[in-house]
Amino acid sequence: MSKTVDSRPDESARSPQLESDVTTDPLVTVKDLKTYYGGDGAFADPPVKAVDGVSFQIERGETLGLVGESGSGKTTLGRTLVQLETATAGDITFDGTDVTTLHGDSLTEWRQRAQIVFQDPESSLNDRMTVGEIIREPLDAHEWGTKSERRNRVQTLLADVGLQPEHYVRYPHQFSGGQRQRVGIARALALEPEFLVLDEPVSALDVSVQAKIISLLDDLQAKFGLTYLFIAHDLSVVRHICDRVAVLYLGKIMEIGETEQLYQNPQNPYTRALLSAIPNPDPQDETARITLPGTPPSPRDPPTGCQFATRCPAKLRPSELDHLDATTWERIERFREVVRERSRVDPGVRGRITRQLGVFSAHDDIDSAVTDLFGDLQEFPPAVVNPIESAVEHIKSGYPEKARELLRDTFGSICDREEPTLQAVNDTDTSQNSKVSSIATTQRSYCHCHKSEHDDVSTIFDRRLNDPDAGTHSSVD
Amino acid sequence: MESSAGSNSDSMIPDVDRKTSTSAQPDDDVVLSVHNLTTVFRTDRETIYAVDGIDFDVRRGETVGIVGESGSGKSVTARSIMGLIDAPGEILPASSIRFNNDELTDYSDDEYRAIRGDGIGMVFQDPQQSLNPVYTIGNQIREALAVNQNIRGEEARRQAIELLEAVAIPDPARRLSEYPHEFSGGMRQRAVIAMMLACDPEFLICDEPTTALDVTIQAQILDLLSEIQQKRDLSILFITHDMGVIAQIADRVNVVYAGEIVEQAPVERLFQSPQHPYTRGLLDAIPGRRSGDDGLRTIEGDVPTPNAPATNCRFAPRCPKAFDECEAVPPQHVSVDDNSTHTAACLLYPAEMEESPRVAKHRRRAETETEADANTGEYHE
Repeated sequence: MSKTVDSRPDESARSPQLESDVTTDPLVTVKDLKTYYGGDGAFADPPVKAVDGVSFQIERGETLGLVGESGSGKTTLGRTLVQLETATAGDITFDGTDVTTLHGDSLTEWRQRAQIVFQDPESSLNDRMTVGEIIREPLDAHEWGTKSERRNRVQTLLADVGLQPEHYVRYPHQFSGGQRQRVGIARALALEPEFLVLDEPVSALDVSVQAKIISLLDDLQAKFGLTYLFIAHDLSVVRHICDRVAVLYLGKIMEIGETEQLYQNPQNPYTRALLSAIPNPDPQDETARITLPGTPPSPRDPPTGCQFATRCPAKLRPSELDHLDATTWERIERFREVVRERSRVDPGVRGRITRQLGVFSAHDDIDSAVTDLFGDLQEFPPAVVNPIESAVEHIKSGYPEKARELLRDTFGSICDREEPTLQAVNDTDTSQNSKVSSIATTQRSYCHCHKSEHDDVSTIFDRRLNDPDAGTHSSVD
Repeated sequence: MESSAGSNSDSMIPDVDRKTSTSAQPDDDVVLSVHNLTTVFRTDRETIYAVDGIDFDVRRGETVGIVGESGSGKSVTARSIMGLIDAPGEILPASSIRFNNDELTDYSDDEYRAIRGDGIGMVFQDPQQSLNPVYTIGNQIREALAVNQNIRGEEARRQAIELLEAVAIPDPARRLSEYPHEFSGGMRQRAVIAMMLACDPEFLICDEPTTALDVTIQAQILDLLSEIQQKRDLSILFITHDMGVIAQIADRVNVVYAGEIVEQAPVERLFQSPQHPYTRGLLDAIPGRRSGDDGLRTIEGDVPTPNAPATNCRFAPRCPKAFDECEAVPPQHVSVDDNSTHTAACLLYPAEMEESPRVAKHRRRAETETEADANTGEYHE
C-alpha cells in the first residue's frame, strides 16, 4: 500500500474532526457535536462523554453507515440527530436550520421530517395497541388529516412495508420479529420524513429475515428518496447498504469514507482491526486476524491523546525504546493496563488514611502482577526495569496515578499526549459510482501515523505483525 | 420386487445409512453420540417437535458446529444433552444420548448432576445471566472448584487466580475480589469460561457464547476457546446462528432447520459446495458473500413450527427447488460426496439417480425407520 497521500496540506491543517468547505448541498451537517451524560454540579463524577466532538455531513439520498463497538456512542449520536437527546455542544444543521436551537412548535414541526427506527422490535411496540393504532399514533400526534385520511394512510403504509391490510387490527405479539420491524418502519414513515435514523434495525433478526428487511429499506429509499443514517455493529450489513461509512470509537470518528474504499483500503489501525475481526463465512480464509487486546476504556475517563492508544496495534513508540521486541512491548502495555485499572479505583477514605500512614502496601499484590507479566524482571534491559520498579513503588505507597503518569512519560509517545486530526488519507477518486460528490467522499482518518514525519500504518503493521517474537495479542503466559 | 430393487440401488450408490455406519465402527474417539434425539414440548393444543430425530457425534478434540435460525431447535438440543429439559418438555424414549458410552437419557437427576460441570461444561449466551451478581467472581470460581473438585481454602484461591490468568484476564489476583458488574461483557464471558474450566470438563457445549459481544471481543473469545481446546484436548459442541463464526471455529457442521438436521459436512465442504437448498439460501442471505451482485437473495416465508412428526420435507414450502413429492415424503440423509462425510436430507439426492427411484429410496428408508421406532420403542445397535 502506498504512503499516505498528503496532497491537501490545507485540509489536514484544519481543526480536527471537521469536514466543511464543501460546496455540495448536504441534508444534515454536524459540526463538533458533543453529547455528555451527567457531570452537572460541583461534586458530580466527570461526565460520560458519549459523543465527543464529531463532524460529518449526510448528503441527500445517501445512506451513511455508523459503526463501532458497544459504548462507542453510535446510538447516542443517532438519538441526538433526531433530538431525542440534547446536544451538550456543537451544531446540527438540517436543511439549513440549526435544530439544536429549536423549541416548542417549531421542534414539533421539524420532527415530522426526521424519524427513527429502533433496534429491538420486541420492546419498541406497545403490546396493548393494534398495529394500525401503532402506525397511526404519529399521525394522531401531529394531527395529520382527517380520521379517515389517517386510516387510509395507514393502509398505504402497511402495503409499502409488505404487510397485509388485515394486519391493521392485529396485535404485535401475533407477529414475528421481521414483521414487527416492518411495523416499526411503517410508523417511522407515517409522516413522510426525509431523514431516517435506523438504529440497528436488523441486529435482532435472523439472517434470512435480515436480508428481507434490508431489501425493504433499499426499496423504500428508492421510492421515497429517503436519506438514512444506518447504525450497526454488523460490518457486513453496513457494507451492503451504505454509501459511506463512519467508524466510531469512544465518541470520536476514527475514519470516514466511501464504503468500498474504506473496506478495501482501510487506513486507520482501528478500522483495520475491526474489519479483520469479522468472522468470514469462508473456512479457507487464512488472513491474519488482528486481535485487539483488552476492552474499550471507560468514556468517563478516556485516555489523553488518541482515545484508541490503549489498544492500538500500530501505536507509535518513543524512538529510544523502539528497538525492544514485540513481546516486551506487549508486557509493558499490559502492565500499563493493570496500573490504569488500579488508578481508576478510588482509594476511599480508608485507603487515603492508610497511605498517609505508609502501610498501604501491606496486602498489595502488585509484585505478583509484575511476576505474572515479566517473569524475572531483571532479565530485561534497565530502560524497562527502572521505570517499572519506580511505578511499583508508587503503587505500593498508594499513588497509582503517579505510577500511571510515570509510565506514560517513559513509554508513551505522541499517541498518549496529543489528539490526532481527522485528515484526508486517500486521494483516489471513486466518485463515479457514488451518489455523492468527490469532495465529501474523501477518506479521512484520525491517526498520528498519517503525518509525514511518522511511518505509516502499513509499514508499522508489516514490521510488528511479522515480528517472529510477536505472540498473540490476546494472551501472554 | 420392492426389496430387490432396493438392494440393487443401494449397492450402486455410495450411500450412507448413518445408523449402521456409526455403529459398525466402534469408534473410541467418539465422546458424544446423539442418536434419534427427539425433544417435544406438550401444550394443551399441540405437541411441538422442537428437536425431531437428530443424529450426530462429536469426537475427541474436535469442534462440531450446529448452525440454524431462531426456532430451529439449536438450544433445545444443547439443553437436552445437559439434561435441562423440564416439563412440559420431554425427551422421547427412542432418543439416545451417549456420552463416553454411557446412556445419558437413562440417568437419574443425581447422576446427571455428577456429570454436569466436570463431564460436560456449558457456556451460555448471556454471561450476565450465568453469574450471580451478589457474589464476587473469585467466590463463584472457588465454589465451582469446591463442588466439582473438592478444592478449598488457599489452594482454591491459587487455582482461581490461575484460571483467570488462563482466560487472559489481566491482574487476576485483584480481579478475584470484584463483582460481575465491575467486569465488561467480554471479561464476564471470560470469567464464565474460567468457572467452567474450574470443573475441568472433557466436553464443552457453547450455546451462542459470542452473540452478545462486539466483533473485536468475539475474536478474543474465539481465540481463547481454540487455545483452551488445544491445551486441554477438549471436545466442543458449538451452537450459533452466525455462519461466519462457524466457518472460523468448527471442524464439522450440522445445519438445522425446524428441528431436523438438513445437512452435515466437514466445514470446508459445507462452505465450498453446500448441497441442501436451505444451506444455500442461508449462505446467499449473508451480505457480502456474493460479491459483485447487488441485492440480497432472500428465503421466502418463515420457519414453520413443527407440531407433528415429519411426513414431508419441512423446508419444501420455502424451497425454490421443491417438487410435488417433497410434500409427501420425509427426506432421509444421503451421502452427497464420495467418502460419505457429507450428507444432506433432500429428495434431490443422490443426484445421479433418476427422480422416481430416488424418491422411492427416501420413502422406503423413512418407512423402515418409523417401523423400527414403533416396534421397539428404542433403537437397537
